[in-house]
Amino acid sequence: MNENKIRVLMGKPGLDGHDHGAKVVVRAMMDAGFEVIYTGLRKTPRQIVEAAAKENVDVIGLSSMAGSHIPFCKSLKPLLKEYNLEDKLWIIGGNVPSKDHETLKDMGLDAIFPTGSHFDDIIDYIKSRYRQLA
Amino acid sequence: MSPKEIKPKEIRNESGIEVKELYTEADVEASGGVNMVGLPGEYPFTRGIHREMYRKRPWTMRQYTGFANAKDTNERFHYLIENGQTGLNVAFDLPTQTGLDTDDPLAEGEVGRVGMAVDTLRDFEIAFDGIDLEKITVSLTINGSAAILIAMYLAMAEKRGYDVAKLRGTAQNDILKEFIGRGTWIFPVEPSIKLVGDTIEYCAKHAPKYSPVSVCGYHIRESGATPEQEMAYAFCIAKAYADDMLKRGLHIDEFAGRLSYNFNIFGNLFEQVAKFRAGRGLWAKIIKEDYGAKDPKSMWMRMIAAGGGGGLTIEQPENNIVRGAYYALISALSGAQTMALCCFDEAYTIPSEYAQRISLRTMQMLIEEMGLCETVDPLAGSYYVETMTNKMRQKMEETMAEVEAEGGIIKMVSEGTIQAKVSAQAYGMQKDLQSGAFPKVGVNCYKTDEEEKEVEFHPYDNRDADQQIENLNKVKAERDQAEVDRTLDQVKADAEAGHNVMPAIVAAVKAYATVGEITSKLVEVYGYYQEPIKF
Repeated sequence: MNENKIRVLMGKPGLDGHDHGAKVVVRAMMDAGFEVIYTGLRKTPRQIVEAAAKENVDVIGLSSMAGSHIPFCKSLKPLLKEYNLEDKLWIIGGNVPSKDHETLKDMGLDAIFPTGSHFDDIIDYIKSRYRQLA
Repeated sequence: MSPKEIKPKEIRNESGIEVKELYTEADVEASGGVNMVGLPGEYPFTRGIHREMYRKRPWTMRQYTGFANAKDTNERFHYLIENGQTGLNVAFDLPTQTGLDTDDPLAEGEVGRVGMAVDTLRDFEIAFDGIDLEKITVSLTINGSAAILIAMYLAMAEKRGYDVAKLRGTAQNDILKEFIGRGTWIFPVEPSIKLVGDTIEYCAKHAPKYSPVSVCGYHIRESGATPEQEMAYAFCIAKAYADDMLKRGLHIDEFAGRLSYNFNIFGNLFEQVAKFRAGRGLWAKIIKEDYGAKDPKSMWMRMIAAGGGGGLTIEQPENNIVRGAYYALISALSGAQTMALCCFDEAYTIPSEYAQRISLRTMQMLIEEMGLCETVDPLAGSYYVETMTNKMRQKMEETMAEVEAEGGIIKMVSEGTIQAKVSAQAYGMQKDLQSGAFPKVGVNCYKTDEEEKEVEFHPYDNRDADQQIENLNKVKAERDQAEVDRTLDQVKADAEAGHNVMPAIVAAVKAYATVGEITSKLVEVYGYYQEPIKF
């Protein structure tokens, strides 16, 4: 399995415009050889899931900085089922405090990379999970 | 773990200027001498825009505040004022910032979360209740929907009996930087600049003491710009707004005195001080020589400076109290007019009252205990600081020339090239932080295995949104719908005709038209911005 073919969608759900984190993680994943599609700002959960389906990605990543991660993920979850994307890796990063991690994991998030996470950890995680899934 | 013990032979600051181990008079001379230094209160204002600076009046303390709804925010305003705060700096929630009403489906989960929710003039009446708008000046951190919120502020003040012609206050209203960082744009680039121009022109005529724009290097720096780029790009943006005014037939002295700036502070202390001193001289020179201003006030680079969000860390959050104190010190040494400090818990949450009070006390200690207000520009004459000031100014001029060579700031923003440039730099900086090449205490050195102390999270209650919708429905039921429809049609008609839309927006907010209704009328004419995605 060629790891260079790993396809990632990086989504920015909601109204928040703080995209520094999303953009640097996109660059890190591109440097790691992934094919990355960045949605740009202010996408609805449906727009993100539609893009993920259309682009046939392996990983759906979300970046959230303004505290609305739980309502976003709640709205996104049924859409993953609707679009038959439940087998894809679903990860989130950003200002996601540890008190919310359990709730998010219960919702089906595969991994959470809060502010301060290293690029290597994100990339290694995706590669290893991709190998398992392949 | 401590950072690398051996310092490299060559040290450069973040702006790329070499830092030597020793400076003498010869370095000052070699860098251009002292002809741009002068005296405070005199051109080129490198040493400060006023002769007496803080000796006459300390900087304004203006902590960024706002959450949930107008009522809760009003209570926090009163708390801060009781604790010695001298200005207000209002945070709005994201629906308000992006021109959506509380009951819009896109606002779900975001109402009142990162700031106060505003739908109509009624919210402004509640938010500023009991606050003396002559004593406490108000800064509105609003951009995409700024024209509407400025109109609300003026309408609210007028209703309270204030003379709008004498009213002071500030709106951020710098849309060009929103396309580079922060991202609360609504309309495409050209009509967005036109709207900023409408507010400047309207205020120049009707509210000449009001500062309708605070040009922000701050968020460009947060997005990955170096300190000198922060200033250079902000000046390019301010020039774009000024050029629009000149095209409308205004003279530079009719509006330049009410332009102000918002800058960031984190990183090397001396680079920061030199940055501000250099910036003041350069801006004065641009406005005088390139724009032909005669009024010295037009040449003033008035600024709010401190913040430092990008310098604060989620690791060991109490360390941020100390960082905040250094940032405030830098700001005072740099001659800022206003300060707002990011609070120690702000990397996590909306600041608590406790954290806000610590930030206020930090600034008050500088004023009352440390002698920062006694002497103007105390670092002047330092060989190091004067040399760096010269070099930073030259670097900013080079960067501004590069922007011109690439077709100007509006073109670069529209095409996404400046966004790609700063985000590439942000990536490089992040890699250096992760590798430890760029030391950050508590993050990549001097880490601790102890469990992080819990930060108290600001509670978010969904019921606040329901209450806000209820309030909105009540206002809608009480208002004169025919007047709302008439004024909204006028907004659209004026936008279509290319007229200044501010008079129509003022009439609409007075009729209690909502932020979302007015925004929709403008969208019908201007359309939405399509973000260029470039890496």
